[in-house]
Amino acid sequence: MSYATLNVTFAGPHVTIQDQGRPGLMRYGVPASGPMDRSSFALANAALGNPAGHPGVEISLGGLSLHCLSGAVTLALAGGGFIAETKARKLGAWNILTLSAGETLTIRPGPWGCWTYLAFAGSLQAKEWLGSHATHGSSGFGGGKLSTGQMLILTDAEICPDREGAIPCPVWARPRHLLRCTPGPQDRFFDAETLATFTTARFEMTDAFDRMGLRLRGPALIPASALSIPSEPILRGSVQVSGDGTATVLLADHQTTGGYPKIATVLGCDLDAFVQCRPRDAVMFQAITPAEAIAITRQNAIRFAGFESRIRRR
Amino acid sequence: MLVEFGTALDQAAHDAVLHLDQALTAHPFAGFRESVPAFVNLLVEFDPLVTDHPSVTAHLRSLLTVQTKARSQPKQRDVLVCYDDAPDLAAVAQATGLTPEAVINAHLSGDYAVFMYGFAPGYAYLGGVPEAIRLDRKPAPLRDVAAGSVIIAGAQCLVTTLLMPTGWWIIGRSPTAILTDDPARPFLFDVGDKARFRRISRAAYEAAK
Repeated sequence: MSYATLNVTFAGPHVTIQDQGRPGLMRYGVPASGPMDRSSFALANAALGNPAGHPGVEISLGGLSLHCLSGAVTLALAGGGFIAETKARKLGAWNILTLSAGETLTIRPGPWGCWTYLAFAGSLQAKEWLGSHATHGSSGFGGGKLSTGQMLILTDAEICPDREGAIPCPVWARPRHLLRCTPGPQDRFFDAETLATFTTARFEMTDAFDRMGLRLRGPALIPASALSIPSEPILRGSVQVSGDGTATVLLADHQTTGGYPKIATVLGCDLDAFVQCRPRDAVMFQAITPAEAIAITRQNAIRFAGFESRIRRR
Repeated sequence: MLVEFGTALDQAAHDAVLHLDQALTAHPFAGFRESVPAFVNLLVEFDPLVTDHPSVTAHLRSLLTVQTKARSQPKQRDVLVCYDDAPDLAAVAQATGLTPEAVINAHLSGDYAVFMYGFAPGYAYLGGVPEAIRLDRKPAPLRDVAAGSVIIAGAQCLVTTLLMPTGWWIIGRSPTAILTDDPARPFLFDVGDKARFRRISRAAYEAAK
């Protein structure tokens, strides 16, 4: 059995271990977590022939440096357009490379994107919580946040020279600024004019952007009447409107319930590319029917599966 | 899909939520992923590659109309609480015009039920705080409140599981784990369970912690 040992020589905030997440526990207050951009994470793993949910690392705009102390392992980097550098070369994301003892890999933000993924041809040793290695941000449960000085151990580490090189980056993995959504469940609290504003105005991404959600800046979406609704379930993709009319899109580590009205729910398959938009980017919402949402989701799944299997076979 | 049984806190609506949740657990549909019970509504998540809104609606309607057997007897869970480390006990006593001991007795006398989980992993909202000690939440939240704090606001009580901010009143500490670390039963409560608080001394709390 071959090992590779990587020393975390630098980890920015919000760099975490993730896998496919832990769905099915929202009734206990536990969101699914998992990667912010699930498609790119799955493609990074597919490019190495791994199962889609194989544990890897989610890298935030804070960046990450890894120094290989012993052994060697092939890595895939996919997601936001980050820069990966070793002493010998400089690559963009959507590449596969091998890191050997004595080498340091530094990953930092590049021309686009907010989150990028490191998958390993090997098994990353990490803590599990409730059957998953995914890190739940606010508790730190699961694989956990990476911190400077920490060691990452890979068992069954492999070197795959035939897989090294570029991975094609599909156009749909690039930042998505138009969010398709189904109105509700509490759109009835807003008057027609406010609902029209929601789907015609431009909103700006703010710096209040983490694994729990993203706050938007834009016209105030004031509910038509003063209200007090009993706390009720929230989904990844819920667009929650606070009392002052500010909209927040809830993401991977969302609270599972809340008492603010949800004006709309963003299509799950639009969220992966949405989280690659950066603060100050403009985004817009487009209302679609539930039937259209189902049709789009199915088309996307077919497109994704086709791309994923081509990458996996390379 | 969100199934709503009311728009305001109401026991009948909550019972309907629990009833549908149990019926769905007993009779899931193809593509069912999970359901999330809350005070007056039930979220039903489904796999859009397998089913769609009209099919799910039809299934849920059939569960609503079909008379399923009465809800199984709720489990009774005991939660230990030490009132000797209670930063807000004096303030609650002052605001309610009771002695601290009377606040404790009122809290112990409550008949609690788990209405839902929310906010953070293991945060089980227990309804049933007696009228005499119901207070609005504090004007500003307190940061970094320790896990295991027993907190109240309005008719609700909960035992915190993480270091978190809260605007609720901290009236005690509990060594009873809501996140149990037991893979077979990772959470102490299911939604619908009954709960009872039992007083312990500081020494017993320190020993059980």
